[in-house]
Amino acid sequence: MKVAYWPGCVSRGFTPELHGSMAKVAPLLDLELIELDRAACCGAGVIAEHNQELADTLNARTFALAQQTDGALMMNICSTCQGAQSECQERLDANTEYRAQINQNLADEGLVYERGLTNKNLLWLLVEEIGLDTLTAKVTRPLTNLKVGPFYGCYIVRPAERLHIDEEHQRDRYMHMVIEALGGTVIDYAGVYKCCGFPIITMNKQASLAMAGRHIGDAIDADADCLVVPCPLCHLNLDLQQPQAARQVGRELGLPVLHLPQLVGLALGLEPKELGMSKHVVKPTSVIDWSASVVAGAPA
Amino acid sequence: MPEYLLKIRRFDPTSGEAAYWDEHSVELGERNSVLDAILKVRDEVDGSVGIRCSCQQAICGSCGVRMNGKPGLACNTHLQVAAARGHGIGWNPPEGGPVGMIEVEPMGNMPVIRDLIVDMDAVHWKKIQRVTPYLINQQPVPDREYIVPHENMVDVTQTMACIQCGACVSDCLSMEIDPLFIGPAALAKAYRFVGDPRDADHFERLKDLSEDEHGIYDCTHCFNCIDACPKDVAPMSQIMRLRRRAGSDEKIVDRNNGHRHEDAFVTLVRDYGLLNEAELLPRSYGGNSWFAKFHPAAGKELLSSLSTVITGVLRGKMSPKIALFGHKLPKADLDSLKGIFTKIESRPKRVELNLYISGYEDDPEPVAVASVSEAGVRAQSASSESETS
Repeated sequence: MKVAYWPGCVSRGFTPELHGSMAKVAPLLDLELIELDRAACCGAGVIAEHNQELADTLNARTFALAQQTDGALMMNICSTCQGAQSECQERLDANTEYRAQINQNLADEGLVYERGLTNKNLLWLLVEEIGLDTLTAKVTRPLTNLKVGPFYGCYIVRPAERLHIDEEHQRDRYMHMVIEALGGTVIDYAGVYKCCGFPIITMNKQASLAMAGRHIGDAIDADADCLVVPCPLCHLNLDLQQPQAARQVGRELGLPVLHLPQLVGLALGLEPKELGMSKHVVKPTSVIDWSASVVAGAPA
Repeated sequence: MPEYLLKIRRFDPTSGEAAYWDEHSVELGERNSVLDAILKVRDEVDGSVGIRCSCQQAICGSCGVRMNGKPGLACNTHLQVAAARGHGIGWNPPEGGPVGMIEVEPMGNMPVIRDLIVDMDAVHWKKIQRVTPYLINQQPVPDREYIVPHENMVDVTQTMACIQCGACVSDCLSMEIDPLFIGPAALAKAYRFVGDPRDADHFERLKDLSEDEHGIYDCTHCFNCIDACPKDVAPMSQIMRLRRRAGSDEKIVDRNNGHRHEDAFVTLVRDYGLLNEAELLPRSYGGNSWFAKFHPAAGKELLSSLSTVITGVLRGKMSPKIALFGHKLPKADLDSLKGIFTKIESRPKRVELNLYISGYEDDPEPVAVASVSEAGVRAQSASSESETS
């Protein structure tokens, strides 16, 4: 399957292992990625906070570039991008007059956004396009006995109506389903749908770190071996900032946090190092030990 | 009629006993409300169940509770809908629980008085009072009625739909960690006056809410309040409009780094096309220029985060090249982006679309305010409002 691929900014900045692991995993999922290397930042809600027309124009430009490719749909690997882009797309798709006005801003480049682009985070694509049965069939190293806490964050599950979460598309359960399809054990804990705190890290650092620290602590108390996130910004607060979060909440933490393609890659037989797991601040020792023991225990 | 297992969380803080679940089997129609079921239990089985309610028509805002983990009004939530909901968010039946089970709990972030009744005075109303929730007239007061432009009243319609039920306060994730956060309901109320041309204190209100360390910049964009609100007020969107008014219009540089962060973010995307995180952080603290990293505020922050930075660099999370120069789009694209920024930023009036007002083209009926003729495409700016006021 060919997709117009939007990696976002942070996966090519402070979490390079996310972009890298996606590149490794894609061929195993029979995904051909056409990278949108001319597209701009989604604005992460901050540009919309500054000027809605500007945010909508930047994202309409990205959508128009995606529509110029022969990809079946657009795929992202960042739930903040998903949320910010879905918000802009909702406005663009809802009103012809407004869409025309935004398209005027793209006229100099000869770009036009046509209503009705399909833009899916990797998580949605795994379940809705690839399918859980196909995913399970590709597993060569089942995540047996690996206890994984899903951390959805905010942008990929709220608002439910805008993100089309309904009885047909139970997108708020997809991470649970994917972990199980890969053979892992889902750990439910209080923080599954909470905020990592990243958006206020520069405004209220204490509250931001307390959020991260509390959710990680809850997952540890629920006996998780690791967390998995669909968002690099969540990863920054939960992994990069984890030592500071531990100080903020006054307890030892040390819980590895995996990006979604890393978790998929492990189950599909890739090695932790080639998935960039050595770049994590919290060393994913428990996950690597698990992986080594599974490999050692596998029949030759 | 279908049978529902209604689990009511019972708690009397004066009893010294722990909270417990009270289970009742209730036969009612799918389209009866959760409140109907609670009142049936109270009337027919146990008169001591504590629930606050009045109009039963989603107007008075009294019966806010959590139903299968989601906050809302018990009187306008159908039993079928509540039972189909999973815990937290979503639509799955609670794992392990029977289909038709509805757990009803008091709202969160507020102390429980008894059973399903929370102390709204202690949290919700206190925060509403915090934002000066009344109009401060421009002086001199006109002899006759004050004619407010239609455009301005439409602008504040959404916040005026609030019925003060507290559902958004219940599930505010920022308030959960920082109880001092002014919160979604009160900040939505604040926009009701900031958006009203008759009010004399727009700047003072915005300055106050920007400078408060638990004010408009303490919201994490978690969207919980948008999902919680039974009246589509979208409190988080109102908070973002307060930020837009405070930062973009009034240029209020707050001590919480809120405006500096936004300003730096926008500038960096204009100049690089992509977010340059290594530049964003010092600029959020030290101001929107390359020299921000030498500002004492940025230096102090860098020092406190030094161990994080060093670990990140050692692990290869950030290459020296990315840290020093960031990543950029090709020059032709950057030129196009600059053209877009210039065109939009130089408009005399900002263009905004509020779907609450305009509705969706495919919808049979707009969400609200069907009489708005401008199809919701509305332009506003501080200058245009000061002209009309």
